[in-house]
Parts: sequence; C-alpha cells; structure tokens
Amino acid sequence: MPKLLIEKNVPGSNAFALPPCDLNMSPLEDSIPSQFLRQDAPRIPELSEVEAVRHYTELSHRAYGVDDGLYPLGSCTMKYNPKINEWAARLPGFAHVHPYQPARTVQGCLQLMSETEKMLCEIAGMDRFTLQPAAGAHGEMTGAMIIKAYHTHHQDHKRTKMLIPDSAHGTNPATTNVVGYKVVELKSNADGLIDLDDLRAKMDDEVAGLMLTNPNTLGLFEKDIDEIAKIVHGGGGLLYYDGANLNAIMGVARPGDMGFDIVHVNLHKTFSTPHGGGGPGSGPVGVKAFLADYLPMPLIKKEGEEYSLDYDRPLSIGRVRSFYGNFGVIVKAYAYILALGSEGIRDACEQAVLNANYLRIKLRDDYHIPFDRLCKHEFVATSRKQMEESHISTLDIAKRLMDYGYHPPTVYFPLIVKEALMVEPTETESRERLDDFIAAMQNIAQESRKTPDIVLSAPHSTVIKRIDEVQAARNPIVRW
Amino acid sequence: MRYTPNSATVVRKMLQDIGLGSMAELYADIPDALKLSRPLQLGDGLTEMSLRGHLKTMAARNISVEDMPCFLGAGAYDHYIPAVLEQMLQRSEFYTAYTPYQPEISQGILQSIFEYQSLICELTGMEVANASMYDGASALAEAGIIACSVTRKLRVIVSETIHPEYLQTMKTYAKSGHMEIVTAPAKDGVTDAEALLPLIDGQIAALVVQQPNFFGNLEEIGRLEQAVHAQKGMLIMAVDPISLGILKSPAEWGVDIVAGEGQSLGNPLSFGGPYLGFMAVSEKNMRKMPGRIVGQSLDSDGKRSFVLTLQAREQHIRREKANSNICSNEALNALTASIYLTVIGPQGLRKIALRSHQLALYARDNLLKRGFKIKYDQPFFREFIVSCPDPAAINEKLLQHGIIGGYELQDGLMLAFTEKRTQSEIDRLIAVLGGELHA
Repeated sequence: MPKLLIEKNVPGSNAFALPPCDLNMSPLEDSIPSQFLRQDAPRIPELSEVEAVRHYTELSHRAYGVDDGLYPLGSCTMKYNPKINEWAARLPGFAHVHPYQPARTVQGCLQLMSETEKMLCEIAGMDRFTLQPAAGAHGEMTGAMIIKAYHTHHQDHKRTKMLIPDSAHGTNPATTNVVGYKVVELKSNADGLIDLDDLRAKMDDEVAGLMLTNPNTLGLFEKDIDEIAKIVHGGGGLLYYDGANLNAIMGVARPGDMGFDIVHVNLHKTFSTPHGGGGPGSGPVGVKAFLADYLPMPLIKKEGEEYSLDYDRPLSIGRVRSFYGNFGVIVKAYAYILALGSEGIRDACEQAVLNANYLRIKLRDDYHIPFDRLCKHEFVATSRKQMEESHISTLDIAKRLMDYGYHPPTVYFPLIVKEALMVEPTETESRERLDDFIAAMQNIAQESRKTPDIVLSAPHSTVIKRIDEVQAARNPIVRW
Repeated sequence: MRYTPNSATVVRKMLQDIGLGSMAELYADIPDALKLSRPLQLGDGLTEMSLRGHLKTMAARNISVEDMPCFLGAGAYDHYIPAVLEQMLQRSEFYTAYTPYQPEISQGILQSIFEYQSLICELTGMEVANASMYDGASALAEAGIIACSVTRKLRVIVSETIHPEYLQTMKTYAKSGHMEIVTAPAKDGVTDAEALLPLIDGQIAALVVQQPNFFGNLEEIGRLEQAVHAQKGMLIMAVDPISLGILKSPAEWGVDIVAGEGQSLGNPLSFGGPYLGFMAVSEKNMRKMPGRIVGQSLDSDGKRSFVLTLQAREQHIRREKANSNICSNEALNALTASIYLTVIGPQGLRKIALRSHQLALYARDNLLKRGFKIKYDQPFFREFIVSCPDPAAINEKLLQHGIIGGYELQDGLMLAFTEKRTQSEIDRLIAVLGGELHA
C-alpha cells in the first residue's frame, strides 16, 4: 500500500532552489503590512526530487489508461491518443504563449483555432463554432444558453421547458436546470427510440428545445430524426445535438443536415485527445448561421491573412470562462483531424461501428442484449442471464473483467435498461484485442454458471478488493 | 495517417463474420436522404512527418515566453516549470485514463486526487476541496451559485476589482436566474468599502472578492467579512495559490468558499488553457460543492483505498435536481499542481512568492526613481500598474526590443513579475520604458 505524500515528509530533503539574486531586501513587513501575511506555513510535504518522482511513478503503476489495453467505456469513446499530438501541444510556440500577448505575436495560435473551427463546421454541418467551452457539459450549458438567448431576443418569454429523452446522459437534465429551464422527459418506445407520439403531445409553445444524442445512448440511430426536427421546429423550438456519440456518424452523416441547430462536440472523445484521468476536455459548440450572433465572445476573425479576436458581438451570451478555450487540447484535436483527413475520419467512424457490431454479435449468445440489432459505435448488454442463473449483477461482471486485464464497460447506464453494460470498443482496437475481450466475457459467463463465487468476489488480481463505498459517503474522509 | 489497426483484409473478414457484405450496410439504419452524399472537405490525411513539419511551422508563427522575457500576468503567470513535471505528466497511465469510476483499477489516479484535495486544503486553510473545476472564472461562477443555494437568496455582490473575465463569466452564469450579480465599485485600486458596506443587507447571498485583486493589490477583508456574516451571507474569495506562500490564507480571512485559478501551479500558459479551477469550502458546505470528490475508505481486506464519493450530489445521479452539470474536470492539471507543489516543497513555494514580490518591488522602486507614476499606492503582491497614456504603443516598443510587455489598461500598463524574471531583464524593461533604448 503506497504511503500518502504527507507520510513521506522528510524535513530538509527538498533541495529546490532559485538562482542567486543580489536584491537587497528589507523585511517583508515593510512592503506588506502584517495583517496580510500568513502566520503558519502551509503543511506541504517535503520530499527530495527522486522521492517525488518515485511517488508519482508508483501511483502511475496503479492506474489504467488506453495505452494499457482495451477500455470499452460506453459513451466515453476511449480511443487511442496519438503521440504526435502530445508532442505538438508541447511545442514552445503553443505551450508557452501568454493569452494576452498582442495578436501579431500569436498568429499561429489564432490560425490553428480558426482552421479547427472550419473543420468542425464541415464535420458537423454547422456554420460557426466557439472553441471556448472546457468540456462537453460546459458546451451543453453554452448551447442551452444560446437557445435561451435566441428566444429572449425574439421576445418569446413563454418557453421555459426543455425536452430530454429518458435515455439521455445525466448532463442533459442537469444542464437544463443549470440554465434555468424545466426538464420534460420524453419516453423511449419499445425500439429504444424517441416515442414520436409522446413528443407530439409534449411539444408546445412553452418548449424551448429538445436535447438529443444521435445515435442515442443505446447506440441506436434515431431514424425518425427528420420527423423529430419537423415537430420541434414546427412548435417553435430549437434542436440541440449532444455530440458525445459523434464518432458513430462522422464522415457519414452530419447533425446539421438532420435539422440540428446547435451541437457540441467532445474533442476528448471523437477527436482523440486524452481524458487525463477526468480532464481536461474541450467542448466546442457549433451553430447554424441564424444563431451565430449568440455565441460566446470572443470569436476568431480573419481579415485578409490576419487573424484577430472579435469582441464586438453585442448579442453574445457573454463568456463562459476566461480566455479562449482549452487551447492545448484544441491543438491535439487539430493535429488529429489533419492526420486523418476526409478519408481517415470516415474510416475511423466505420471501423468504430464495425467493432461495436462485431462485439455485439459475438456476445449475444452469452449475454442478454435488449436491443439486438444494427447498432452504431456502442451497444448495451445486460447481466439478465447471469442474474437469473446465479444472482450475478452487472457490477460483478465489471469487477471480474478487471481480473482479465480490462477496464470494464460503463455500468448501470442508460437508466432505462436494467443492469446495463454499455460497451464501446472504438475503432482503434484490433480484431485480436476484440477476440480476447470476447473470450474473457465468455469465460465470465461460464464462471457465472459453474463457479459463481469467483465472479461474486471479484476482483482478485487488482491492488485492492471491492471498496466500502457506503462508508466512504457516510463518514467522508476527503483529505489527509 | 490512420490509427485503426485492422487491415482491409481483416475488415472484410470481420464483416463476413457478422454476416455483412460491406461497410455501407453498417449504416442501413440511417435514411439515405440524411447521409452525406460527398466526402468531407478536409483534404487528404497527412503522414506524421508532414504533420510534424506543418505544426512546427505554425507554432513558429507565435512568439513564446521562451523567446522573450514576459511581464504579462492578469490571471496567467509565467512561473518556472520544473523538468520533473513534463516527464511525469507523460506517463500515459495518467493521461490516457478516464475518470476513475472503477476504483480497483484506478487507485493511483484516485490517490493523486485525494492528495491534490489535501494540498489545496493546506494552501487555503479550508476543510474540503473538490477534484477541480474548469478554470478560475467558472469556479467562481459556480461558487456564487452554491452561495445562492445555501442561503436561499439571489444577490451576489461582486467587487469590480476581480478579474474582468471572471465577472463576465459570472454574469453569463447568472442568466440562469439562479443568481443576480450586483457590482461594488473600486476606489484607489481596491474595493471601496464605504460604497460597498451599505449594499450588504439581508438580501445578500454572497460577496465575491479577489486576493490579490486583479490590479495586483491586497484587499483589506476584515470589515467586509464581518458585515457579510452579520447578514448571514457567504464570503467567496478568488485567490492566487502562489501568493499563499506568503499571504494570509482564505480561512484566516474567514472565507466560506475559495475558488480560483491554479494555472500558476506548474501549468504552462498554453494560450489560455487548459488551466485549473480549484474550489474549497468549509465542511458544513461539503455536500453543496459541485464536481468530483475523492474519499478514503477501506476495501474488503481492510486496506486503505480511495473512491469517488458523495456522488449523490452529481449530475449523473441527481440529473435535473443537480445544481451543477460539471462532469469532466481538469484532473491532469490538478495532478500537475500536486507534482509541482511536491517538487518545490514548502520552502520553495515561499521562495517563489517572495522572489516574485521582491522583483516587483525592485521594478516599482526603479520606476519611481525614473519619475514614473505608479497608479495605485497600495500594498501589492507581484503585479502593479505603471501609469502611461498609451500602453499599446509602449507594448509595441517593448516588443521591438525583445520584451513581451504588460497588460494594457486604459491609462496604464500592468506588469507582472515571477521568479523567472531577473534584475537585468527588469533593468532593460525600464530602460525601454524610459526611452533610453531606441529601436
């Protein structure tokens, strides 16, 4: 069990120093009155450099990333993170540039952002993009605020509701609340798609818009999207595209062509930038031309060959953060799109969908698959069979998968499927990897029948066993 | 370039295996009318070699703070980044991992976040910190929302001495109707207490101040804190973590919520992001805090272990009842901050804060000697404003002499100093400002 940093504290061991400097200084109290000064130094542990390096190296050994193996977390698009992108973001001309430098000293940064915007417009079928939002949920908030600004600008103050399918990511209803709208939930039909009659019944002049993921979180394409768009637009609402699943259609179809007015994309999913153990992400938001005035400011402007920041946007919703976005992440996504090009983007999409369907079909004999038909980049299985046979839950299967060396799929989501296991292999997994994963899943199904205890008590090979999560929440210990 | 490992032959075989004749059949569920009838117009893919050349050329169109000394601050600071950071952050178990939803396989990430939370608590003196927010501006906006939710009031008074982009961000978040922003004026480069105090009444949810404030000056919080708490409002403070090497901690000021920008803790300037929003609160408000929190628990063998906890607050559980929609955060930037603090240690933090302050004093004193006017006569940390009628022209002149100048205000240039600056760089800065060096 690794010690905590604070338990490795050795006074006098840290040798960090600044270069010599012959400033002849008077006491600090002469320039800063004592009421502003700290009495007790913060209790930061003291470690030598080598021990600091070993500490974090040890922690890295107890983590699992895409570089370690298959990471089939549904809805998270854990594809390979190309190494050239990491190199690019660390170039001094990108990494060590201050956001307030004069425009003429940052033309490369602005050009990169402007070109990224154009490429995202082309992929999503939109007219303009802001790169400001820091993550997908931040993009959702930005998009929902644009919807609000649009209706407000048109003196349409009655619209206070947002339609959200019951299969939606949790961020959709949370976003709706965060921007001050009420959630109206839409039912899924027996096919796992939006129930059009329910939509018609709920669409009225108080509805601001509909937030939709397509393909949805079951990995199914909402084939009636044309009709959905007609109903929402006919009622005066706007259509918002949650881009979490864009990897499933990029190069094949575009949200903009399906009637969506606003989209957010997740650069840290679709465009290969790493998740960083939880972030940073980047959630650019694209809109059709009639909404461009509401985008956050500043946007990038190009006049002749010169790029600048455009703050003159009176209808803008304002800023959603400081500066211009997670630029370092944007660099990586830009490099990715350039590397792939038109053909590569489509190839990535196709192979993601192929891999998902390959897994779905190979796993269908051993696992219940509630919507067992052509899926897009992901599908949902369940532990129903294992539950009936030996009371083995989705959580048990997830834990057992770790013993086989895999990160488990997303579990218990979407909420409309009981005991869901949501599997998204991505396009960067080889057939050999997929076959190994299938074999592991088959073994677990067999174990569930023959030796259920080994599944119920999994994991066995990880650095710790299952954790008492209830205790952690009841008596929170959240610092040393 | 492609990153898909399966060859065309393997792909054919896989399609066959699942009873499909072509890739096109995988999209049979998308109506033809909705399919893109042409290839995307993104050009041909680039090989890694071509891509490298292209990106290098593009990066070379920017001037970086590696090329020239930088006196810009205003919320993003050019502090030294020890070599350990770049190396450790390239460990791909960290950077290619997802959020640690599965604790057994993610103990390293979870422990690093637990340690980060602890370090933020040590710096700020607060009791609980979360796993990170997007940046200082959005963290502050969410802090305002928490205060409104806790106090069940709407009015958040914001001093005009906070970073203007933080204020703009707060105003955007306020369009939700979950809070109302009222600004309090500045006087002599600090919050005007005389104008502010009458605004603090029973309607107040929170007062937001920044320490040191946007102009680099130190704010006298004492009277404000008493007034806010007397009305049962909350005191929210944005704070620069480097300054906490020498300055009084937010907890010592009696702050309820700390939210700030942690870029200066080892994160590169990176043209404005990704940075690190941090947030810390007193224990009684722990369950109101947004974002992820890692807790310590025991596994079934009784071993110490770490897990995401108090998730009932979060969007994926609470859905439309959640006060925040944050999901992805800035975990890798938080890890950066932890490694940074570990490498510099407690004395290092103090030395960096002191050196930055001393260099700023050196610059101020020498500017005064040359007859320059310093806009505000206030105690400051590492940033101050030198009065001048045309700061843009001065910045242009500095650039011609190989110096990245300061932040342009209407009638002044705000200069920031970090431990990376040297006396000779400052001498040169002042010589250009004083007109002694001609282009």
